Amino acid sequence: MTGPASPGGPEGRPPEPAVIRPYGDTTGDGRVQVSFTLPVPFGSEEERARAEGAALQLATAMGLEPAMVVHAKGMGQDFTFFIVYGRVSHLVDLSQVTVVPREFPLLSSAEVNLRIRGGLGRKLVVLGACIGTDAHTVGIDAILNVKGHAGEKGLEYYREMRVVNLGAQVDVDKLVARTRAERADAVLVSQVVSQREAHLAGAREVSAALRATYAGERAPLLVVGGPRFDPAMAADLGVDKIFGRGTTPREVASYLVHALAAA
Amino acid sequence: MEPKLGLDQAVVRQARALAQAAGQPIVELARTHTTVSVERAVLRLAGLDGADEDGMPWVNRLVEAVRDSAGLEHGVALPAWDALLAGDYPGLGELARDAAAGRVKFHLPEGADATAARRAAAAALGRGIATIDARRAERDAMIRDTSDPPKPWIYLIVATGDIYEDIPQAQAAAREGADIIAVIRSTGQSLLDYVPEGATREGYAGTYATRENFRLMRAALDDVSRELGRYVRLTNYASGLCMPEIAALAGLERLDMMLNDCMYGIIFRDINPRRTFIDQRFSRQVHARAGIVINTGEDNYLTTADAVDAAHTVVVSQLLNEFFGKEAGLADAQLGLGHAFEINPDVPDSFVLELAHAQLVRELFPDAPLKYMPPTKHMTGNVFAGYLLDAFFNLAGVMTDQSILLIGMMTEGIHTPFLSDRDLALENARYVARAAARLGENFRPPPGGFVQQRAHQVLGEAVDLLRRIGRDGLLGAIADGTFGITRRPADGGRGLDGVITRADGYFNPATEILEGAS
Repeated sequence: MTGPASPGGPEGRPPEPAVIRPYGDTTGDGRVQVSFTLPVPFGSEEERARAEGAALQLATAMGLEPAMVVHAKGMGQDFTFFIVYGRVSHLVDLSQVTVVPREFPLLSSAEVNLRIRGGLGRKLVVLGACIGTDAHTVGIDAILNVKGHAGEKGLEYYREMRVVNLGAQVDVDKLVARTRAERADAVLVSQVVSQREAHLAGAREVSAALRATYAGERAPLLVVGGPRFDPAMAADLGVDKIFGRGTTPREVASYLVHALAAA
Repeated sequence: MEPKLGLDQAVVRQARALAQAAGQPIVELARTHTTVSVERAVLRLAGLDGADEDGMPWVNRLVEAVRDSAGLEHGVALPAWDALLAGDYPGLGELARDAAAGRVKFHLPEGADATAARRAAAAALGRGIATIDARRAERDAMIRDTSDPPKPWIYLIVATGDIYEDIPQAQAAAREGADIIAVIRSTGQSLLDYVPEGATREGYAGTYATRENFRLMRAALDDVSRELGRYVRLTNYASGLCMPEIAALAGLERLDMMLNDCMYGIIFRDINPRRTFIDQRFSRQVHARAGIVINTGEDNYLTTADAVDAAHTVVVSQLLNEFFGKEAGLADAQLGLGHAFEINPDVPDSFVLELAHAQLVRELFPDAPLKYMPPTKHMTGNVFAGYLLDAFFNLAGVMTDQSILLIGMMTEGIHTPFLSDRDLALENARYVARAAARLGENFRPPPGGFVQQRAHQVLGEAVDLLRRIGRDGLLGAIADGTFGITRRPADGGRGLDGVITRADGYFNPATEILEGAS
């Protein structure tokens, strides 16, 4: 049941089997627990029997065989909550598990701060803006504001970062001027408006303006974000990194230290 | 409530006096300035609703038009009602349409014109405030006809983005035991300098606060209140750049509680400090009149800083919120001061520290309907451990007699709650309330023991911080990063361009009624 075994490893421990099953209290027993809600009433005796039958049917379809409904509770008139234990027959083939490596490690805020202190020895300066006619600051604010997004605090929360948020409808010239004045390490540009490919034109414009201004010098990192960007287009747009929909502040922070404060 | 901490009342009085000293210059700031949102709220209270074809509300268009030609330093009312009378308009809506099309030239009326404009504006605002009074009476009648649930009130959140999806969820939550339904706003609404219009079906991690959404949800909760024989309260957010307007809409549509903090927008949303304080005072005057309970946001300080180290910043903010609230006319029973159960569970005696903090807040504000927030920061995705932590939160709430319990979800931070998450959370809260109802009266921290010492220490640190704020000024302290960890200079952040210094002869017909009453 546990896959082909080979002789003991160097420390006398049996080698990890290539094929495994969930572990309840005995190797290979395949026991798991799931909970779910079905939109069925749990009132009369007949309804209860039907609800439990429905839960068993789902559990069986999920591969739990045999399954046991250990808890069922009506919630309001139309719903029932179930806790089900059962045995799955599925096998996990560890040799088939693939892990896609991230180009940069995802760090905690403490690790980010530590890396900046160690790698830069000063605060990392981040300048953010929505450019052109774009008044949608939701994206840039979710990344920069302390309040943050998806349970993660924004970059302002990182002690070793200094964040300058220019807000909405910033001219590219002004953005570049402030970038120089603040000696920004990174420029974050958010573009939500995408009529007539405005987001692409905007990104190219910033990229060209930064290149022109920093001719011969090391230009700050240019990061753009917005729901309509294709992350694979970075080189085409002349930017260092593109973040798409659903990006969290921690991902941006981790990328910035990866690119700017190499350990 | 029987005191248990042996607090030195002289220290408590000193803390309040320091909060007042720190807050007084801010009140002066609010008395001598207005904002575009305050002026828009005046128009909303006078009945101006609706938006142009781009969705920009008429109140914004009219206030902009007046600002462009006559300026706002005398308030919007005099130029607007003067133009209304001079142009013989049937109502503000028609005036706003013409003004937006550039067909109206506004100016500050003088003499008899000024008197007529002032009188007409006062009459219009009188009707608006009378509507708020009627809504308040309606709430009292509803509570009489149904019933007022015993405290602690159970507070549950819905947030689908679609008001028509929120409604059945809110009704289901009420049937499951919620006494208060809060509709979370769409991310980023606080930074919009206008209030969207109409019923909305798309939002990001929340549902837009609009007058129509308020009306729809209140009507749905009225139905379920009658069905259950228990008044179910509705909560939304009077925060962000449109704080005064949302307060007005809440009063007009009989919302019952509103999130309304004196500093939250500054610290966490980078809204300009002056804008926030000016808007806040007007919004609280409206809330006071509407009988709305405000909820303050001190729980947020504990999510950005360590909950043990920052415990005193919560108390300082509560004292400031109390001062500003009372100055604006709110009664103790309308001050839903916030705090939270956010100490790292790995810290030894974390639960005992939580008890000390919660009891301290209870004793400092004995008549306030305190709002106690569940753990969020240390909810890890281990839903089983999270369920246990929520039970300890419920226990601390019951033992220290908290008034409003926001019910913690074991799936906090994973997803918006499943129906079953909410049901399990309520089961947890009900079990603790049933099992430990009398534990509070049997909880007597020994004199000089750990709990008392900790409470005294936090209060002492709060007094020290208030003294420092008194020295630097509140705006200076905020600029220095005293709250949260961010520095917010008085001339930074969003919305400063919407702040206007009042001229001599500034006229705000809403403020005149609201301040006359208090």
